[in-house]
Amino acid sequence: MKLVIKYLKPFGLSLLIGFCIKVSGTLAELALPYILSHMLDVVVPEHAPTGDLTLVFVWGGVMILCAVAALVLNIIANRMAARVAKNAAQKVRHDLFAKTMRLSPRQTDRIGIPELETRLTSDTYNIHHFLGMIQRIGVRAPILLIGGIAVSYFLDWRLATVMVCLLPFIGLSVFYISRRGVPLYAASQKAGDDMVRVVREDIGGIRVIKALSKKEYERARFDTVNRALVKSEKKASLTMALTNPLITILLNAGLVAVVLVGAFLVNDNLSQSGKIIAFIQYFTLISNAMIVINRIFIMSTKCIASANRIETVMNAPFELEPEDGGLPLPTSDHIVFENVSFSYNGEQNDLENISFSLPRGGTLGIIGATGSGKSTLLRLLLRNYDPQKGKIYINGKNVRGMRHEELCAMFGTAMQNDFVYADTVRENICFGREVSEQDLALALRVAQAEEFVSAFPEGVEHELTSKGTNVSGGQRQRLLIARALAGKPEILILDDASSALDYKTDAALRRDLRMHFAETTTVVVAQRVSSVMHADLILVLDEGKIIGKGNHEQLLETCSVYREIRDSQMGGALLE
Amino acid sequence: MSNQNKPQKTPMTPTQRRRTLLRLCKYMFRYPGLVLLAFALMMSANVLALAGPKLSGLAIDEIVGPGQVNFERVFLFCALMIAFYVMSGLMSYLLSIVMVNLSQRITYTMRKEVFDHLTDLPVGFFDMHQTGEIVSRLSYDIDTLNASLSNDVLAICANSITVVGSMIMMLTISPVLILVFVITVPISLIFTKYKSTHIRPLFRKRSAKLGELNGFAEEMLSGQKTIRTYGKEKVITDRFDLRNEDACSAYYKADYHGSVIGPTVNFVSNLSIALITLLGSIFYMFSLGGTVQNPLFIIGLGDVGSFVQYARKFAGPINEFANIFSELQSALSAAERVFGVIDQAPEPADKKDAVVLDAKGRVTLDKVEFGYVQGKQILHGLSVKVEPGQTVAIVGPTGAGKTTIINLLMRFYDIDAGEITFDGIPITDATRDSLRKSFTMVLQDTWLFGGSIRDNIAYGREDATDEEVVDAAKAAKIHHFIMSLPQGYATQLSDGGVNLSKGQRQLITIARAMLSRAPMLILDEATSNVDSRTEHQIQDAMLALMKGKTCFVIAHRLSTVQHADNILVVKDGNIIESGTHEQLLEMGGFYASLYGAQFVN
Repeated sequence: MKLVIKYLKPFGLSLLIGFCIKVSGTLAELALPYILSHMLDVVVPEHAPTGDLTLVFVWGGVMILCAVAALVLNIIANRMAARVAKNAAQKVRHDLFAKTMRLSPRQTDRIGIPELETRLTSDTYNIHHFLGMIQRIGVRAPILLIGGIAVSYFLDWRLATVMVCLLPFIGLSVFYISRRGVPLYAASQKAGDDMVRVVREDIGGIRVIKALSKKEYERARFDTVNRALVKSEKKASLTMALTNPLITILLNAGLVAVVLVGAFLVNDNLSQSGKIIAFIQYFTLISNAMIVINRIFIMSTKCIASANRIETVMNAPFELEPEDGGLPLPTSDHIVFENVSFSYNGEQNDLENISFSLPRGGTLGIIGATGSGKSTLLRLLLRNYDPQKGKIYINGKNVRGMRHEELCAMFGTAMQNDFVYADTVRENICFGREVSEQDLALALRVAQAEEFVSAFPEGVEHELTSKGTNVSGGQRQRLLIARALAGKPEILILDDASSALDYKTDAALRRDLRMHFAETTTVVVAQRVSSVMHADLILVLDEGKIIGKGNHEQLLETCSVYREIRDSQMGGALLE
Repeated sequence: MSNQNKPQKTPMTPTQRRRTLLRLCKYMFRYPGLVLLAFALMMSANVLALAGPKLSGLAIDEIVGPGQVNFERVFLFCALMIAFYVMSGLMSYLLSIVMVNLSQRITYTMRKEVFDHLTDLPVGFFDMHQTGEIVSRLSYDIDTLNASLSNDVLAICANSITVVGSMIMMLTISPVLILVFVITVPISLIFTKYKSTHIRPLFRKRSAKLGELNGFAEEMLSGQKTIRTYGKEKVITDRFDLRNEDACSAYYKADYHGSVIGPTVNFVSNLSIALITLLGSIFYMFSLGGTVQNPLFIIGLGDVGSFVQYARKFAGPINEFANIFSELQSALSAAERVFGVIDQAPEPADKKDAVVLDAKGRVTLDKVEFGYVQGKQILHGLSVKVEPGQTVAIVGPTGAGKTTIINLLMRFYDIDAGEITFDGIPITDATRDSLRKSFTMVLQDTWLFGGSIRDNIAYGREDATDEEVVDAAKAAKIHHFIMSLPQGYATQLSDGGVNLSKGQRQLITIARAMLSRAPMLILDEATSNVDSRTEHQIQDAMLALMKGKTCFVIAHRLSTVQHADNILVVKDGNIIESGTHEQLLEMGGFYASLYGAQFVN
């Protein structure tokens, strides 16, 4: 809730004015039944003998004025509320997005991308919706309730007491039913998820199901979840269905009580019948207000949950800020790893004691099974994470001491299934950087993307779809490599970035890289031996440790795992 | 996600709408008793409720003034009021019970029908439609229908009764006061029209803009790490801001114009009361003063009171009708989509005289032609002969059509021309069940379902004994792992089996295949997703599985390819070469060049 208050604060004045307007509008509405009873009880009987209609018209006119005033004032207040809600929500969303973009990979992993998505989309939507609603009905309902009670006491305190005695019953029953009903809805939501899970599973396994003729089995499995869903939905609906009839009965019982008590009061000359009519209306207004207030409570629990989720992101500390990098390393090598150890969870090491150095313009190849730590090593070099032990130097400078922008500017990275988004080819390659036409053309050519890109009628202005589904896997990889090259990076990082390329293209890529990017230091992570065999230095990783280090020929002699991988992969390389 | 991203309504023609509505009604009339009961309850509940204000008016009329109250009559009317309201309340709760039962029965039946039909559909349907799309038919669309059936249909009936009933009651109280509605009803109608032409489009635009924003946010989040790596957080945030501004403005615009709705609805109701009070007071005054003699104009205090209550009742539904109809509209679109699935053609039935295949493993493909889409041929006259116990390796670049051959062998798709035979029996002359049961399949994307490990292994043979299951697991080298789990074979696999590693999942599917006695095997070798140790285990298990079977292998490993009896090299949907490893190398064609390419730079 702190979040909501914080973002509403700048609009305090606006809120206050809106509040006053809203209160006046609501009070104008509350005046109507009062005037009605005044006319029927006082004005009409007094002037009936003379037949003078002047006052009737005056008061009738006042009622119409009140109705118009309520209309105009409420519209003005609602519009002010909409503006405040819009401005506050827009700011919340901007701040949240900006913060999300700055989260460190560790933070992103901990929260999870789908959760971040929910926070940016439905949670901010909930906040926006809530901000609007609370200023409108959130103000109106309590005023109707309090104002209604106050006016009715003013009108006739005895009848008002009858009414006030009944209100807690209505309030309590609404509260009680929704307290029971809301968890039931949550349960039926879960039953719905179970149903969807079975459907998803079966669609995914349709071939297996058909192959094994398990149609009837799956139908029975679905029937179980279907029945469970029906049962829990029924329970929830039946509980909530109690609300309306119960409230209607209580409300009307209250009306009858007002009439009954009113009869005694009028008989004893303590009240007038016109007041009874006014009361019936106040009673309706006030009970409706109570129902609305209950709804606001349900809504605000939802909003508070959303606000809390957003807050955890907003309050996350900034990580990976530049720190004291210590003394520079006197070296001419471009990249140096010095006894680097790293663990994602802080328990077992994902990388252990990694040391190597790579001269400027050299090529480093990293190979090993999935989970051996290849990509982790790159992530440390890019300072997506900080190692627990050891130091990483670029140009002799500790990466921990560099500014984020300075570090990023050195790299061009392409990962295997990297990010392609719905925009033009040009945008996907330039990626928000200033890239000259020549650099763009060169990047495309070296990445072996020139041919297919120029085959598009719009060339580089060709619109890609989200995730790049309108180009093939190999084309997508080439665009990613072009993106990495377009910034003319000091260090080029290819993480399994050419796995979908056929042999000839892969070879052409390597040839052109050597020709045009000879100065560039390159780090290649690959599954297949053929992609790294020409590197100056190859690291063979296994369970986070270096078990082989050297060039292709050396490794064939010294490293049995390297030999094994080569032997088992020769077939694989044929096919993908 | 909330509703803002749901599929857009597609406009339907009136005939379509009528047909869909009729079909929907048929579901309701499967339970004629319930429908009748619901209708009766709804009528009585609403009619009973309508009596209330009239009774209160009658009671107030008996409260004439000090010492003049006719308590006997007041008590009578009050007792009647209570009785009527309580009865009405009870009836409407009974009605809810009936409606919940009715709508839940209908949704149960619908979901069952859709799902059962899904299991009858050819595999092609699932290849063409996204999972999310199919799931939303079964969940979101049927839920929409459910809500509409139980709320909207009822609301329309109930509101109609209220409108007509209030009108009648008001007429009996004072036909003259009805004149008030000559002013307020047109205001309501004009406003409703304004709402649907001016305000609703703004809300549609608001949803669309919000959808765009959410789409952008989701997309950029998926690339968050890349954006960070390139240091482009600010650039992307600026782009987000543009869309945020758009979405918030659209929201504001809709709100700005939409904020008229609530106050206007209240205004119409307030205006009615003001006018009724004004007019009522005048006639009341005349009645008191005895100026009017015509009974049409004579009005009591209680009359004004009940009239005001009916006027409030009357105003509500008129404003609601438009909302209900638009909801009904989207329910009909949902129904249309659900029926769309039910109307999909199922896999054609087996031939009448189809034989139960008892395959030995001799397979021939003769000049097979096939394309997923007409005019886009994938296989052009493919011919292969396989003897029992032979291994056929299918190799080639991704997307070359390797899985197509398997789709055809399993008859997930029917061939366009040529012939596939098993032991001389044409594929179309065998029952699908027996054909598919002659194969065992191990696919690269392992499929496990939410159930126990035992159930997953025994999936292909429910009659398998515990011993057989354990033996299969042992053969697949997964037994030890399973026993290391606290619940052993009874361990429940959660959502999609995510608590197992990829290698372990693969081994369980191999164990499943081990249980099968099918003479033929289809194998899609997995490669890169497992570490080298597991890979060895899987390879061993697969070799054991292949023993004595006719095998079709989408091959990735040199060892498989080298030892295959026949290698099919597939490229662009054609088998461009075939033969053994040695023969192919000797031929010096595509296979040989690929094989050689990895040794040269």
